[in-house]
Amino acid sequence: MRMLAAVLLLALPVDVIAADVQWVQLPAGSFSSALKYEDLPITQVAAFELQKQPVSNGDFLAFVQAHPQWQRDKVASVFAEPRYLSHWSGPTTLGAEALPEQPVTQVSWFAASAYCDAQDARLPTWSEWEYAAAADETQFDARKNPAWRERILGWYSRPSNSALPRVGLQAANAYGVQDLHGLVWEWTADYSSLLIASDNRNQGDADRLKFCGAGALSMNDRENYAVLMRVAMLSSLNGKDTTTNLGFRCARNVE
Amino acid sequence: MKTANPIRRLLMLCCLLLPAPAFGALPDAPLPGDSVYQLPVVLIDQDGQGFDWRSRRGEPQLVTMFYTACPYMCPLIVDAGKSIEKALTPEQLGGLHLLFISMDPTNDTPAALMALAKQRKLDTARWTLASPQEDAVSSVAGVLGVRYRKLASGDFNHTGELILLDRGGRIVARTEKIGSKADPEFLAAVRQAINPSSPTPKINPTETSR
Repeated sequence: MRMLAAVLLLALPVDVIAADVQWVQLPAGSFSSALKYEDLPITQVAAFELQKQPVSNGDFLAFVQAHPQWQRDKVASVFAEPRYLSHWSGPTTLGAEALPEQPVTQVSWFAASAYCDAQDARLPTWSEWEYAAAADETQFDARKNPAWRERILGWYSRPSNSALPRVGLQAANAYGVQDLHGLVWEWTADYSSLLIASDNRNQGDADRLKFCGAGALSMNDRENYAVLMRVAMLSSLNGKDTTTNLGFRCARNVE
Repeated sequence: MKTANPIRRLLMLCCLLLPAPAFGALPDAPLPGDSVYQLPVVLIDQDGQGFDWRSRRGEPQLVTMFYTACPYMCPLIVDAGKSIEKALTPEQLGGLHLLFISMDPTNDTPAALMALAKQRKLDTARWTLASPQEDAVSSVAGVLGVRYRKLASGDFNHTGELILLDRGGRIVARTEKIGSKADPEFLAAVRQAINPSSPTPKINPTETSR
């Protein structure tokens, strides 16, 4: 059945996805997540590839042209709320509010997942994203650097109603990845597993009962507000939600 | 390739099913846009039977996500399903279907599912324990609004909820009050869904959701 389906997929209109999508390979490694996993003191990440830049409006337009079921007037509401791509001038036109080189935002997790799937890729896990985003321009793990933290927080303090810059304007980090900070927030594959609940066990029975098992998440690194804000935001979302500054990029396994 | 994404399955199934729907039992009316059945999901049940959950369209369903090795929460979820069962009249029971979907397909084989059904004395005419494909779990959880995380031990953290789907597959009620005593509001919604003409006031889904 899979074979047949694959053949049928091939028979669909050829994807007009921009051919210049660049991928960066990140080596396997272990790091200490700012999240405190009770079951995993150290987070292991296998080697993987990450798109160098967030997905742009132009990229996403090509995707919805090839896959009309993801156009905003056709998508099932269970997969995308009404604000999905609402800043575009039409279902298959970008317009002045959505320039081709700006990162796509107002996309749901389902739509982002479908986009990556169409590239034979997937969304990165939170661990992969955090691992990649720990780097600055010179260090793989710059998280203890106060200047780096200040810079990221400076971005968060900017008003979010100004127009988004183009993708790829910022210097690449030590891995060669751009715009992990300072442009948009990004979906992860496991957004819904970030069950953040600091000291969850000390709360009432109702909260303890909410989860099967003991491993509630809390923060290892309470100084790392940048990560805290990302996690708090992602964990508050449902898969069909969209926001004006939430985009995504894809990841894929290293063969 | 390990990069397979749940949405791939969706796209593939759409390709397969759009030209000639294989599920003749589906009603002709268009599927509501907010129906969870917008997501095609193939499940394998405790008898090893495969079916698309969209074949459940037309009857209300009591749905949850669980896994058989779950030590604390899932026995309570089964209790919660039983408490709803006990509170219904024999006539109402005829219209009740419980669909327990595993978040651990690797371990929840038909044999494991059947063992749990036997251990908990579940009437499989009414109860279905079933596993999706591994790569469909996150999408199923996504449309149902279930949050889960796989732990290094192989256990899962997850929210424990009963979710009521109406005939069209729309989520009309959910409860986190699980255990041996049925949540009265949720029970009222179940009765209403089974017999929409009953005078029970309709529960507003936003009141019972998180």
